[in-house]
Amino acid sequence: MTVPATAPRGDAPATPGFGAFVARARAAGTLVVQPRMGMADPLRMRDGLLATRGAAATTVGTITLDSYTRTGDLAAARSALNEGVGLNGYPIASHPVDVTRAVLRGVSDARFPVQVRHGSAMPEHIIRALLAVGLDATEGGPVSYCLPYSRTPLSEAVACWRRSCELLASLREFGAEPHLETFGGCLMGQLCPPSLLIAVSVLEALFFRQHGLRSISLSYAQQPDRVQDEEALTVLGRLADELLPDVDRHLVLYAYMGVFPRTPGGARLLLEDAARLAVRTGAARLIVKTTAEAHRIPTVGENVTALETAAAAAAAERLRPPLTAVPDTGIEAEARALIGAVLELDTDIGRALVRAFAAGYLDVPYCLHPDNAGRARSSLGPDGRLHWSNVGSMPIAGLSGGPRPPILGSADLLGALSHVQWSYDSRAAETPDLDRTPAAPRELGHTTP
Amino acid sequence: MNQLEPQRGKAEPAGLDVVVTTMASDSHTWNLVFLQLLLEELGHRVTNLGACVPDELLVSECRRIEPDLIVLSSVNGHGYHDGLRVIQALRACPELAATPTVIGGKLGIAGSGEPDRQRSLLAAGYDGVFEEGRSVADFRSFVGALPPAASRALSAPADRALPADRALPADRALPTAARTLPTASASGVLR
Ligand code: B12
Repeated sequence: MTVPATAPRGDAPATPGFGAFVARARAAGTLVVQPRMGMADPLRMRDGLLATRGAAATTVGTITLDSYTRTGDLAAARSALNEGVGLNGYPIASHPVDVTRAVLRGVSDARFPVQVRHGSAMPEHIIRALLAVGLDATEGGPVSYCLPYSRTPLSEAVACWRRSCELLASLREFGAEPHLETFGGCLMGQLCPPSLLIAVSVLEALFFRQHGLRSISLSYAQQPDRVQDEEALTVLGRLADELLPDVDRHLVLYAYMGVFPRTPGGARLLLEDAARLAVRTGAARLIVKTTAEAHRIPTVGENVTALETAAAAAAAERLRPPLTAVPDTGIEAEARALIGAVLELDTDIGRALVRAFAAGYLDVPYCLHPDNAGRARSSLGPDGRLHWSNVGSMPIAGLSGGPRPPILGSADLLGALSHVQWSYDSRAAETPDLDRTPAAPRELGHTTP
Repeated sequence: MNQLEPQRGKAEPAGLDVVVTTMASDSHTWNLVFLQLLLEELGHRVTNLGACVPDELLVSECRRIEPDLIVLSSVNGHGYHDGLRVIQALRACPELAATPTVIGGKLGIAGSGEPDRQRSLLAAGYDGVFEEGRSVADFRSFVGALPPAASRALSAPADRALPADRALPADRALPTAARTLPTASASGVLR
């Protein structure tokens, strides 16, 4: 069996906290895997958490929130619940506190920490709701949950995220160690060159620390090219060690966040590549995607399968020789230049971020948010590597070679967005055995302990 | 290069004024960028309202612009529910009661291909429902069959015939919206 050790779950009393759990798993040489999972019905949410806990993998649980709760439209969330309208996540601020406590009772503890994933530019109501039910781990950031997720002015998101961080960090007075993960390593999910992902991830982590958090993870999302990702994650780890030496920290990799392969085989190959990448680059945790990603919200069974697939690929990768040298194509120089330019603007990192976007020192390609300069553009090489075709006013001109030809027109854009989908679906088609229809979603509770 | 780059982005005088938008709960925008480029390549002028557009803003922008076509796109799974609400608000405005209005994307959380969903959206007042990527060809035919803006402008009040580059209030419109309204040019045919 390739079932990985589940050491962090063990019997001995364990230090509570999300960060501590991940640190134990890392020490035991195991990758923590985590789903993106959220459903409106409390019983189904509980079943999903139980199935995640029971999967043959070292897992942490997720409660992903619905879009109404994310955007603060609690009236819409409530009426959707009343009318039985299908929600794309769990409405944590609408279910009574007792109900969510019952969802978590006997499920979430030091051996199975649960994180709330939300995507809110103004998350204070969500932080209050998760604290009220006894949770202390979540994710996001003042930039990464504003620009790609809202039309909220960046300065308002920064102010709300500051309050939210302080609220979450206040748990430390009671001996807890709340955990916050940056979403900066994802941004728009696709077509963003790695240096900007790294810079925003690091800057958000610094923002979290400035507002009281001491257990932080830094995200990075898998991109089309493995070698470019290896370089990027190595740089992210180096910058995190250098700039956040005094906090508990780890790297978290997101399985590809752009247009996903449509076939089960293609989706699986891409997820397995993500798991290998995480192991090779020292990421301690991986957030998986399922074979349903391109089509609809996944079932619990599809999520469990994804967790176990990723864990098995990670365990196999551990047996291979580790990554030794990575090439230097300028990602580090760009990331340092971006971070340095922002930090010079103001000692208050939130204010520095607002000013950086106003000046175009940070500029997210293809982001329509009114506070994004919108001059930077990326391009995708035939080999899948991401490049800049225009750096706008970002202080990185020439650091990784000259500008590349831009993406022009709707067909070109769709081609670039679909590159990963297309190449993995083709690969799966060449491996017919892989592309079988997935087994029917497994019964809940039928998972390996 | 302060704008999106359509492949053949020359707005035709006969081109349509189109509003491309999503709804309040949906933050996905690659769909909007794609649709904007596609429509611009077809010779139309696009105002892209961007992510998470509240109902009031959506309606007020459409009343102000009085577009020839409103394109709603949603992929987060709430599109059906949100779309039923928004079409009521649009149709309640006399100036938008007959404006061609379509919706598309991934409208539910359980996959596409629910004919009932399409029927009730049409019954609620949409002129077209285009779910998933395969529907883009149908959408092009639909847009191609709309009468050119010039023919409507003849019978429209004077302000309808103003050139396309009217300024958008900075606090409302996304930068790309204002940037991508090219000045009308007389070259080329509507494709
Ligand atoms: C990238 C992405 C994101 C990015 C978006 C960044 C951004 N600002 O755009 C990020 C990471 C931020 C994100 C967030 C979320 N996402 Co998302 N995301 C995707 C992903 C991976 C790709 C979407 C994409 O960019 N496609 C490229 C564009 C060009 O294609 P498209 O959107 O599919 O549109 C095509 C067609 O649908 C069609 N079309 C679309 N609209 C219209 C309209 C008309 C009129 C016509 C003719 C055609 C048409 O034209 C396009 C070209 O073919 C998809 C899954 C996938 N497809 O692989 C999930 C997905 C769309 N996301 C999903 C969800 C639920 C969310 C979240 C709510 C988080 C969550 N609960 O999981 C949040 C959004 C929060 C909110 N407030 O809404 C779900 C939706 C589920 C459903 N409908 O059943 C998907 C399907 C993933 C999944 N399986 O769970 N997401």
